[in-house]
Amino acid sequence: MYPTNLKYTKDHEWVRIDGGTGAVGITHFAQQQLGDVVYVDLPEVGATLTVGQTFGTIESVKAVSELYAPISGTVTEVNAALKDRPDAINSAPHDSWMIKVQLASTADVDALLDAGAYEALTQ
Amino acid sequence: MNDTASPLKKTALHAAHVALGARMVPYGGWDMPVEYSGISAEHLAVRSAAGLFDVSHMGQIELAGENALAAIQHITTNDAAKLQNGQAQYSALTTPEGTFVDDVLVYRFAERHYLLVVNASNIEKDHAWIAAHAPEVGEVAIVNSSDRYALIAVQGPKARGIVQKLTAIDLSTIKYYWFAHGEIAGVRGTLSRTGYTGEDGWEIFVPPQFATQIWNALLEAGTPDGLVPCGLGARDTLRLEAAMRLYGNDMDETSTVLECDLGWIVGWNKAEFTGKSVLDRQKADGVAKKIVGFEMLDRAIARHGHGVVHDGATVGVVTSGTHTPFLKKAIGMAYVPTALAAVGTEFTVDIRGRLARAVVVPMPFYKRPKS
Repeated sequence: MYPTNLKYTKDHEWVRIDGGTGAVGITHFAQQQLGDVVYVDLPEVGATLTVGQTFGTIESVKAVSELYAPISGTVTEVNAALKDRPDAINSAPHDSWMIKVQLASTADVDALLDAGAYEALTQ
Repeated sequence: MNDTASPLKKTALHAAHVALGARMVPYGGWDMPVEYSGISAEHLAVRSAAGLFDVSHMGQIELAGENALAAIQHITTNDAAKLQNGQAQYSALTTPEGTFVDDVLVYRFAERHYLLVVNASNIEKDHAWIAAHAPEVGEVAIVNSSDRYALIAVQGPKARGIVQKLTAIDLSTIKYYWFAHGEIAGVRGTLSRTGYTGEDGWEIFVPPQFATQIWNALLEAGTPDGLVPCGLGARDTLRLEAAMRLYGNDMDETSTVLECDLGWIVGWNKAEFTGKSVLDRQKADGVAKKIVGFEMLDRAIARHGHGVVHDGATVGVVTSGTHTPFLKKAIGMAYVPTALAAVGTEFTVDIRGRLARAVVVPMPFYKRPKS
């Protein structure tokens, strides 16, 4: 269910580390809880993220939720495709990255959960 | 999620919902299905084919006796004298201030027997209110019969064909807002051509012990036609597209029937009803605030409770809002000062500290094609 090449938070975000950059998205469990996603509000390129702080919002038909930064760093890329196809988050949550972040510290990554630990959390 | 002190009530169909994999949430004191396959898919199924809803949480209060009509006329706004046996009307149970104790459907079962369908969270309040005020016109029997009915809704363009497979009653002879008693799938019940989705459809009253049998029969009969089970999530987005008000969101004891723009459910020619003097005055003088429908101009979704901001001041409040699956737009309803109520007027909505533009549009947002 949860890809082993991703790292996870207890707030149901995932991070895919690639060198000094981390791509961030939300998990299958999160999209299931939200239901049909209709809108994602993401930061601009250059924005600074602090681990644990909100960096955006995601709205489904029925509710709005905050997005929490799983890592600190600087936004280098925003997935513009999600603006017109937010439902991709429902159909392929682990492929639908929202932002890419230049890591401020690798210590943040060490604090993330692996797939097994995250899956246990959602049981 | 469940912060209620008392245990949640379960409808007769609770086990059927769980077996179908529904996501259950607390609603109005009940453990109800919010979605099965997803709100959007369910919503679209109702617009294009049919949806099956458990609305057994709704309450029923019956009035009977020689003063039954006089009592209904006294406590509700609409003119129940216009009803014939087998006919229903949308109405409001009002306070002396012309505000909503509840919004209700009034069914005339017989000349001296009426049934009110009331909101789930208001059953006890309504029953107490009616017991206190209906006898002001004379002796009348008042019974909270909510436990005696399960209520199943079949809604959508395919609804009639599906229900017709299970009953000998000729449904084509029943007009909108009329009903008939008879057998469905071998069970005695009441078939009412009413609903809360903006589509044609049926609401079926049956004894709770037969609810699962009827539910399964409808699922089986309707599945080939595209019928899917639907939760309260889709019910909410469907009713909002149709601009049907939701008690507790769009109306309550602080909003009058005219402020809620429901003058059409007031029997203005009636000699008396509770709250009439206030509503007569508002009709003559106009209202200070009014509910309007709006569409977002900026990419954002207004939700219940968000402030309406105009010229830097908070002047109103959003009562309902979502991104709707069929129209694929962010729409909503809000109370605004009458000066801002005209179609085409722009205002902003305070969405978590950000001001997003919206424009007043005509309601309903969605109207079903004439068949």
